[in-house]
Amino acid sequence: MFYDDTIAAISTAYGTGAIAIIRLSGSKSFKIVSRLFSGSARFEDLKSHTVSYGRIVDPLNLETVDEVMVVKLKGPNTFTREDTVEINCHGGMVVQKRILKLLVEYGARPAYPGEFTKRAFLNGRIDLSQAEAVIDIINSKTVLASREAVRQLEGDLSHELKDIRDRLISIIAHIEATVDFTEHDIDELTEKQLAGSLSDIQKRIGKLSSRFERGRILREGLKIVIVGRPNVGKSSLLNRLSGKNRAIVSDIPGTTRDSIEEIININGIPAVITDTAGIRETEDVLEKTGVERTHKEIGEADLLIVMLDASENINAEEENFLKSIEKIKHIIVINKMDLSKGVTGSELLKEKLFVEMSLKNNVGIEELESKITGMFEADSIISDKEVLITNIRHKKLIDEADDFIKGALHSYDEGMPLDIMTIDIRNAAESIGKITGESVEEEVLNQIFSRFCIGK
Amino acid sequence: MEYIAGEYDVVVVGAGHAGCEAALASARLGCSTIVFAINLDSVANMPCNPSIGGTAKGHLVREIDALGGQMGIAADNTLIQSRTLNLAKGPAVYSLRAQIDKREYQSFMKNTLESQENLDVKQTEVIDILVDENKKIKGVKTHTGAVYKCSAAILATGTFLKGKIIIGDLSYSGGPDGLFPANKLSDSLKELGLKLMRFKTGTPARINKRSLDFSKMEEQPGDKKITPFSFTNETLDRDQVLCWLTYTNEKTHKIIRDNLDRSPLYGGRIEGVGPRYCPSIEDKVVRFSDKNRHQIFVEPMGLKTQEMYLQGMSSSLPEDVQMDMVRTLPGLSGVMVMRSAYAIEYDCIDPRQLMLTLQLKDAGGLFCAGQINGTSGYEEAAAQGLIAGINAAMAVSGKEPLILDRSQAYIGVLIDDLVTKGTGEPYRMLTARSEYRLYLRQDNADLRLTPLGKTVGLIGHERYKSFENKKERIFHEIERLKKKTLPPSERINNFLEKRNSSRIKSGIAMADLLKRPEIKYDDFLEIDNEMPGLAFSEREQVSIQVKYEGYIKRQMMQISQFKKLERKKLPRDIKYMEIKGLRLEARQKLDAVKPGSVGQASRISGVSPADISVLLIFLEQMYGRNKSV
Repeated sequence: MFYDDTIAAISTAYGTGAIAIIRLSGSKSFKIVSRLFSGSARFEDLKSHTVSYGRIVDPLNLETVDEVMVVKLKGPNTFTREDTVEINCHGGMVVQKRILKLLVEYGARPAYPGEFTKRAFLNGRIDLSQAEAVIDIINSKTVLASREAVRQLEGDLSHELKDIRDRLISIIAHIEATVDFTEHDIDELTEKQLAGSLSDIQKRIGKLSSRFERGRILREGLKIVIVGRPNVGKSSLLNRLSGKNRAIVSDIPGTTRDSIEEIININGIPAVITDTAGIRETEDVLEKTGVERTHKEIGEADLLIVMLDASENINAEEENFLKSIEKIKHIIVINKMDLSKGVTGSELLKEKLFVEMSLKNNVGIEELESKITGMFEADSIISDKEVLITNIRHKKLIDEADDFIKGALHSYDEGMPLDIMTIDIRNAAESIGKITGESVEEEVLNQIFSRFCIGK
Repeated sequence: MEYIAGEYDVVVVGAGHAGCEAALASARLGCSTIVFAINLDSVANMPCNPSIGGTAKGHLVREIDALGGQMGIAADNTLIQSRTLNLAKGPAVYSLRAQIDKREYQSFMKNTLESQENLDVKQTEVIDILVDENKKIKGVKTHTGAVYKCSAAILATGTFLKGKIIIGDLSYSGGPDGLFPANKLSDSLKELGLKLMRFKTGTPARINKRSLDFSKMEEQPGDKKITPFSFTNETLDRDQVLCWLTYTNEKTHKIIRDNLDRSPLYGGRIEGVGPRYCPSIEDKVVRFSDKNRHQIFVEPMGLKTQEMYLQGMSSSLPEDVQMDMVRTLPGLSGVMVMRSAYAIEYDCIDPRQLMLTLQLKDAGGLFCAGQINGTSGYEEAAAQGLIAGINAAMAVSGKEPLILDRSQAYIGVLIDDLVTKGTGEPYRMLTARSEYRLYLRQDNADLRLTPLGKTVGLIGHERYKSFENKKERIFHEIERLKKKTLPPSERINNFLEKRNSSRIKSGIAMADLLKRPEIKYDDFLEIDNEMPGLAFSEREQVSIQVKYEGYIKRQMMQISQFKKLERKKLPRDIKYMEIKGLRLEARQKLDAVKPGSVGQASRISGVSPADISVLLIFLEQMYGRNKSV
């Protein structure tokens, strides 16, 4: 709550703008950013109150998330009087979210509404005459925030959260009752039974966590990547789907040297479509960077559209590629049906979902669109009534609960006694309680007294 | 006729478990002290079960002992059966429980009081608290008109205040165990402006052993090896007595159900609030109607008496119904009831009127401890008595009070809960109430608290030296286990296989081996010839600290987080009602509790995190960052 931790938030208005500012404040700000920032000088060596160019790099895979300008601000001459870093990045939501996610992974906590202002005040940055105004802001923001939380928590998600939490609390109450009231013949809960219940709960928490991904799709769009050999019509498909002439289209193989993103609406599902450079091996240095990027895009895709040329046989490269994407959701589009009767030469195609298309004659595009929505609606990604976890703080708490359950199960594997397992179960219930805003203590006691027959 | 009968630093009203600890602590800290009892034959009485300890309560006794209190020593001297509970459930919840010879315990404690330097013991009823114009205590007055002047007073009145005994449709003014009630002191407290509550508790019947058929009951023996309560006793050797277990049945339940209309609880004749964890047998039958039997323990009251206690049968049904009901239990068909079960109603204060020192906020020098603060249980009472006694003595000598926080002791949890949250029913200590119970274990109470006992002045030089030595030995042995590596020899692997433990392929530190649940510390005697031959309590300590090291470390991290908010102190003179940004409920709650720290404020029910933000902002505004806040 009021620990001396480091907070982070996107400070610019929500949504996509030209640039965005992500701000961190707290004693660990510099340490966190130094893990992620890569520039001509080390972050540690940057002077305070200067702007520096560099990149935010994910330390896990050394992948560049975005090019940024960072402003390093040493306390107390900052808004909050704490060490502060401002990261200016490109305005896309995807980039903003990824940077924020990295900051959180490396030790920052998503800020509560008004928290920067609060810290500014607590640290004496704002003068006395402004104090009451700040109080009002915090109060109103808290109200808004809780309204927002309540809205998010309506529907089956809140039921599920509540249910999981109730289940955890009832387990704790059972254990506590046997521990604290040894003189009563309460059925003992064995470590094994406990581990069983916990595994069930873990599965449910896992499902919740995946809903965050679905929430992400709703907010940030389904990430669709189009791949195919050069000149198969990827850019044309992208243009047709988006209805705009964005990517450069030509008959010369390899014209598209970079991935091009378009945000479109497929029957109500927001989607970010990326056209990639071809996947063929190439000697062209410029094109090579494009091909490398393609592989990265594929790794992050929610859906791949693999385009084949009806007028040519499947080549070995394509065959290998199709085999390599078994685990990724994909649809095969066979373009240029106006030139041929279909692709030949592969057994693979027989079991695949495919759409026959002629971009030239405007055939097959609607079928592709309905296949895409069909695929994701069948997975029930989208439903009007379902409220999804879109709040990164909620996601963090759910993952935290998941970690605690894992911890409890780990203790079980280690042969630890019941009480030791209780520590993590309690923590898990606390984490979920932070989303729903409830405390564990009283409820455990109430349950002990109402469920178990206790008396001397 | 009023007259000055004496002048003391500290006056203690009541000589139950709270009063005894309070009086001893105060006198031992050098204050001239007097303790009053309505009847001196009831000093340290156990009007309910003849036992001390149990889950969380055993922890309290250990903590009292670690700070230099008396209860553990008295219990060790007079116990007639000892058990450690929860042995399979984890070290944090291991709990000592002992059957006590009730009379012996009272004699032991009375003699301890009588022998204590600086302490006078007196039989009389205190009827009035005398204060000066600033509501600072100046003395107490007894029913005979004697006035005892004092600098501090501790109220430890138990269930005596306006005590009312209820047995079925019968009710009369009376104290516990057939003693007289204290009917006047409540009014004096009301005059002081204190808010009083009415609580209720009950006790089962006592029966004659001669009239029981034990062949129809299950034996409940004690542990082979007695674990003492007091850290001053390494071992205890004693013959132990048996307890017995029997069960209620459908016949019992039918009698209860048929006579519910004669129960004062269901007939509305009891206004006091009773504890949920200690329901009467009629309560259990009604609330858990699906259970066709309830456990009843038959426990001896002492070695020189045939009287036995019926744990699990507390009741306020009429006497004739009680008789019929008890006779349905196996082995009790010919039972001779010596004392009937009864419920007792009494006055207590809303503990939110106290500070964490157990002194009343609005009456200088007046402390309260035990059931008067809304608790139940001998151990809870003794723990508060000790703290109140210490802090009264500290106040008299102008020293810093002793306040234990929630991460230091169950005593800290107990007092923080009472003072911060108040209680709607008689409060019993539970391990479930502690956030940090893996650290607040009964085995390490001395490591946690004996240094504080030394600082306060209740732990003498000798005892402290032996404590330091013990601590040294434990520390060195843990270091040794971490450093010493065992080779993957045939001998070691045979040792492991014998215990169904997996073989080792390379050298392993003894400490890492000890982390395996199937390996016990004492097992090492077989393979390690450098074992230092530690005492049982030391071996237990080494074993627990090594086996649960990772979990304990995590708990310590949580504790250091907790401490940050506890360290943000709140001045006593904050005018909460005038803080604009706070919601009205929060203003009222904060104003009532007047918390000592931001941490304590955040635990008050009805105070939200947003309120705490506002409070912090207010503090900043009023006091500034660099001032004492």
